[in-house]
Amino acid sequence: MPRFIAIQAPENGVRLITLQRPEALNALCTELLAELAAELAAADADEHTRAVVITGSRKAFAAGADIREMAERDLVGILDDPRVAHWQRIAAFAKPLIAAVNGYALGGGCELVMCADIVIAGDDARFGQPEINLGIIPGAGGTQRLLRAVGKPLAMQMVLGGEAITARHALQAGLISEITQPELTVERALQVARGIAAKAPLAVRLAKEAVLKAGDLDLASGLRFERHAFTLLAGTADRAEGIRAFQEKRPAHFKGC
Amino acid sequence: MTFEHILFSIEDGVALLSLNRPEQLNSFNTQMHLEVREALKQVRQSKDVRVLLLTGEGRGFCAGQDLSDRNVAPGAEMPDLGVSIEQFYNPLVRTLRDLPLPVICAVNGVAAGAGANIPLACDLVLAARSANFIQAFCKIGLVPDSGGTWLLPRLVGMARAKALAMLGERLSAEQAERWGLIHQVVDDAELRDQALALARHLASQPTYGLALIKRSLNASFDNGFDQQLELERDLQRLAGRSEDYREGVSAFMNKRTPAFKGR
Repeated sequence: MPRFIAIQAPENGVRLITLQRPEALNALCTELLAELAAELAAADADEHTRAVVITGSRKAFAAGADIREMAERDLVGILDDPRVAHWQRIAAFAKPLIAAVNGYALGGGCELVMCADIVIAGDDARFGQPEINLGIIPGAGGTQRLLRAVGKPLAMQMVLGGEAITARHALQAGLISEITQPELTVERALQVARGIAAKAPLAVRLAKEAVLKAGDLDLASGLRFERHAFTLLAGTADRAEGIRAFQEKRPAHFKGC
Repeated sequence: MTFEHILFSIEDGVALLSLNRPEQLNSFNTQMHLEVREALKQVRQSKDVRVLLLTGEGRGFCAGQDLSDRNVAPGAEMPDLGVSIEQFYNPLVRTLRDLPLPVICAVNGVAAGAGANIPLACDLVLAARSANFIQAFCKIGLVPDSGGTWLLPRLVGMARAKALAMLGERLSAEQAERWGLIHQVVDDAELRDQALALARHLASQPTYGLALIKRSLNASFDNGFDQQLELERDLQRLAGRSEDYREGVSAFMNKRTPAFKGR
């Protein structure tokens, strides 16, 4: 049984993971990260899970790393840090990951948000990378993914200045995809997830991979990847079903093959 | 925390917060700010409070910042007035505006400077007939703060907002009512009783729904029409799940008086 996360199993193919470490505003201690990585690996392997929503509490999505834990680690300890592997597994999750963010998403919490594909936030959410205030820097993608998400000047202001930004600012900058009432954040994220879960799974998987490539590759290579993925899908039964259903003006029934 | 500069009580769902430095027309010093902040924290945390009533003791409501707290000696370094705005005034008006319950302000006398703008961050403003509002900032080279420059043009229009802010003239309570700056003028002797009666009435109403109404109307200044329609949809979704809505419908169907709980 995981200690720091709660899981609601697939309803309509959607799994909901709730970070649950209220005494520390869901600070991402190593054990929590390990549980999350393991749970995402299990969701990846489970054919009934088509999309995952991850959320925290009303007050905090995740307010950073566990500072006490970090303080105990010296240079050698950081070289051997097991967290790196957990983060890699989280970022490698192949199915759609939707973050439902209320309250603080700071430091590791903000980096976790950036591992998600889609981000729905309550209108009083706050995003930031305050590591600089402690004499350290973001260590789980903050300096890299933030620049890709919001552009250099704002990324620099957040990483060097350490001040959090509002949900409105985050939406305007492209860090998140939608703002909603805080009480409805999880519900809206589940709704989006259910929509995705009803699509053709192979198409969803390749579409996610293709969009992520756009952040990593030059345009020509990205377009080549997209073309390959597009071609791969030509052989699937779901493609034939999707097109036929459209022509016959009825909902499609996808089988994942 | 025991309060020296404010009176604060909670009774029958109504939190009564009265500024209490009558000799200084209830002007704000640091200690009063801290006490108001603590009281508002209790309002936010208490499950019993369903309405907040803000008023002042003595002949004034609030004369804004206590200038003796900010005396600038000749040759002294330039002060950073932004600090007290950021520390105290902005959080105060934000809290009043964001509190998920109706906030009534009973302006019992002169309301000057920040004291003229704090009521504007409240939801329902009553004023004593003898009260008046003065955007005094321009007289000492300052800018209206505590949300004044944002709220004034929205409440009374740009032309009147600029005249108030740049001339700093006294606006009578009756004129303020005519201009739509405040809800209602009340005879001086009746202000406290009427404000309390209004607060007690609201405290028996579906206050969760009232808080959602407040949220939607506050947001309307920022939103476009379509965005506001979406907000109405979302807030109605929340309101529809409340116990008070069930109670309201059931009481209506059964032709009885509803007993609302504010949730």
